[in-house]
Amino acid sequence: MADFETHEFDVLVIGAGGAGLRAAIESAVLGQRTAIVCKSLLGKAHTVMAEGGIAAALSNVYSEDNWRVHFRDTMRGGKMLNNWRMAQLHAQEAPDRVRELEEWGALFDRTEDGRILQRDFGGHRYARLAHVGDRTGLEMIRTLQQRLVALGVDVFQELTVTRLLTDGDRIAGAVGYWRDSGRLVLFRAKAVVLATGGLGKIWAITSNSWEGTGDGHALAMYAGADMIDMEFVQFHPTGMVWPPSVRGILVTEGVRGDGGTLRNQSGERFMFRYIPPMFAAETADSEEEADRWYDDRQHARRTPDLLPRDEVARAINAEVRAGRGSPHGGVFLDIASRRPAEYIKRRLPSMYHQFKELAGVDITREPMEVGPTCHYAMGGMRVDAETGASNVAGLYGAGEVTGGMHGSNRLGGNSLSDLVVFGRRAGMGAAQHAAGLQAVPALDSSQASACDESMEAPFRGDGKENPYTLHRELQDLMQVNVGIIRTDSDMRAALAGIAGLRERATRVKVEGGAAYNPGWHLAIDLGHMLTVAEAATRSALERKESRGGHTRDDFPNASGEFAKVNVVVRRAADGAFSVSQESLPAMPAELQRLFEED
Amino acid sequence: MPTAHLRVWRGTDDGEYVEYEVEYDEGMVVLDVVHRLQATQTPDLAVRWNCKAGKCGSCSAEINGKPRLQCMQRMELYPEGETITLAPLKTFPIIRDLVTNVAWNYDQARAMPELRLRPADADGNRRMAQIDIDRGQEFHKCIECYICQDVCHVIRDHPENMAGFAGPRFFVQLASIAMHPLDTNTRRATVDHGFGLDYCNITKCCTDVCPEGIHITDNAIIPLKERRVDEFHDPLRIIARKLTGRG
Repeated sequence: MADFETHEFDVLVIGAGGAGLRAAIESAVLGQRTAIVCKSLLGKAHTVMAEGGIAAALSNVYSEDNWRVHFRDTMRGGKMLNNWRMAQLHAQEAPDRVRELEEWGALFDRTEDGRILQRDFGGHRYARLAHVGDRTGLEMIRTLQQRLVALGVDVFQELTVTRLLTDGDRIAGAVGYWRDSGRLVLFRAKAVVLATGGLGKIWAITSNSWEGTGDGHALAMYAGADMIDMEFVQFHPTGMVWPPSVRGILVTEGVRGDGGTLRNQSGERFMFRYIPPMFAAETADSEEEADRWYDDRQHARRTPDLLPRDEVARAINAEVRAGRGSPHGGVFLDIASRRPAEYIKRRLPSMYHQFKELAGVDITREPMEVGPTCHYAMGGMRVDAETGASNVAGLYGAGEVTGGMHGSNRLGGNSLSDLVVFGRRAGMGAAQHAAGLQAVPALDSSQASACDESMEAPFRGDGKENPYTLHRELQDLMQVNVGIIRTDSDMRAALAGIAGLRERATRVKVEGGAAYNPGWHLAIDLGHMLTVAEAATRSALERKESRGGHTRDDFPNASGEFAKVNVVVRRAADGAFSVSQESLPAMPAELQRLFEED
Repeated sequence: MPTAHLRVWRGTDDGEYVEYEVEYDEGMVVLDVVHRLQATQTPDLAVRWNCKAGKCGSCSAEINGKPRLQCMQRMELYPEGETITLAPLKTFPIIRDLVTNVAWNYDQARAMPELRLRPADADGNRRMAQIDIDRGQEFHKCIECYICQDVCHVIRDHPENMAGFAGPRFFVQLASIAMHPLDTNTRRATVDHGFGLDYCNITKCCTDVCPEGIHITDNAIIPLKERRVDEFHDPLRIIARKLTGRG
């Protein structure tokens, strides 16, 4: 076996965004020897990009709010495909997790009487998002990072995990490499928490950073975990579209929460034409009513600008396709004509800065141009709601790498709360599992050796394929064929394309050495991306309906049959995928009653 | 398509500048050009980045000798045809190309005191007026790009000072704790010896380069220095301490 640097822990957390940090904190507090591993430097994970806020029914702004309303909004936003128990725990526990962040140092914006202020967001009945201007994710990651450091958790930064190790059918650890040297590292652990985030880098237009390559989704599949809802990919309605180099960078939903409105090229507020029947009863049908709603919840219904993200993204897509878009293929997002400049700069400082610096646009004077951008994976590893446990003993998960919480579409603000609610639960679950084991599971050194060989392969051989080229081709393939609007024939073309890229990926040639070599790192990530792209496409082919973050031209309506099932995808040891439909967990009657008015 | 003339540091301490020509598009930032160089000519070029929107602080480098975020420098800032020199941050050891080892900063982070808040109100809330946290929120804008650490001449020109000096980024963190309206740490914990605050002679180099516009010197460092003087160098207090035996 190759020369591995070896470490042993009770609990190994992979990923140091909000979910991973919160999981590691919990595991450490419970007394388990805990380590956290991250691909980037500590504090740079994608959570840092979250802008608008963290959803929690604190009831600080509207006393009518409570966990039941939040639960109901979440389930309806997910088109009822959510794991009801996850959605319930999430709504019940989010307020405590927000207060805990405050205890650890987070400084949320305040109400007049000094409590945590909450802002409006899409799909939330009441103003519910605790926030710090429009840089809530930075506040959250720094707070958790400082808590983690204070607890003395071992941190392995700029270390990429490439495989999980198993002992029979249970987890035994993980292998990876230091990015700065290429040196191989082997972790032996009683439990592993996957908190690796998302997979947006598989699509061409994305809000995700280089890290979002679906590593955790792939690692889970290699280890035999069940994946659910992989067909549901959230295209956030508002990414930047111009200039080309910033295409996809996120524009917070907070712009609309704070009064911004979407317009097409003729200045029309087109969202009024896209109100789906499911939300008609609670959505304003005139501009006058929508504008009144910001100040008067009693007598006005909410603006259609704040419909759930899937609805808004489809509407923008339709406007652009109908030729009513903005000059650079998006639509206009206008807050300049609706709110005073000082208000905009105070509420949305980061958006102001971002447009000013990167696009030369002053958002207090002119509208932004925006369009959909691949943002979030609803699907992922199937986990137990209470503990974050997967079907593989010792393997836990939290955050975007898991599925179920958000159903077919996530509401804005429900991700940051998901991270801390289920990060804590997964950390607890993993710590309890580890505490119940006498010894670290046995090490199968052949698994580690196999990883070593596959990682070295791109340096050897006489292949000529460039990893950057293959990645770009995969992104274009998925953007065109498995994007916002899908059809059977397009997705079959995607599968053929993925197979072709997989074959070419065996001939990837990497130049240079093992020290901090991004080309080599991408070649390794590419394997994960191809696996995840195939799982997502196969799941999407299976779901013959349109729902949430999965819209099909050939099956444009929601189906009663598919309303009852998750699509589950598994990868066998030989690389073959199997896809099946499995019944959703049944919601208890007392929760079902919350939906009877629909 | 315009062409950028780049001079990029390649290798480690004994590396060298290598010149490249890269075509670029309207609206691109320096990091986009570096990525295009990577994808088309130098696949192993090491550069650290994440968000590409000025929010994560990963891609700091010295552009024409000035430390900047590569993702926030539009190519229009540089006259077409002139060579742009890209170097790693000077204050930290080079790992490779544009990537430096910033572990020293994480060592400083481990030495920071932890916030200790008063208990919450009976209803579970903590009440703080917005005006009392405005300053703290300014400090929390820090994206840990370490550009302020890089320009600070206390360590940039005197690496021997790194052992006893936390640097501007961590003075901001100390100030954030010291000024939290509900924190119960003593001033001894937040402004006492050990962080090297005295080395700073308020030349404001850090403030000038902060991409978040944090008033590091005026709002964090000077108030901390004042508190230090009050707490530890006020003759009356020294006498009082001697008499009471406290503090």
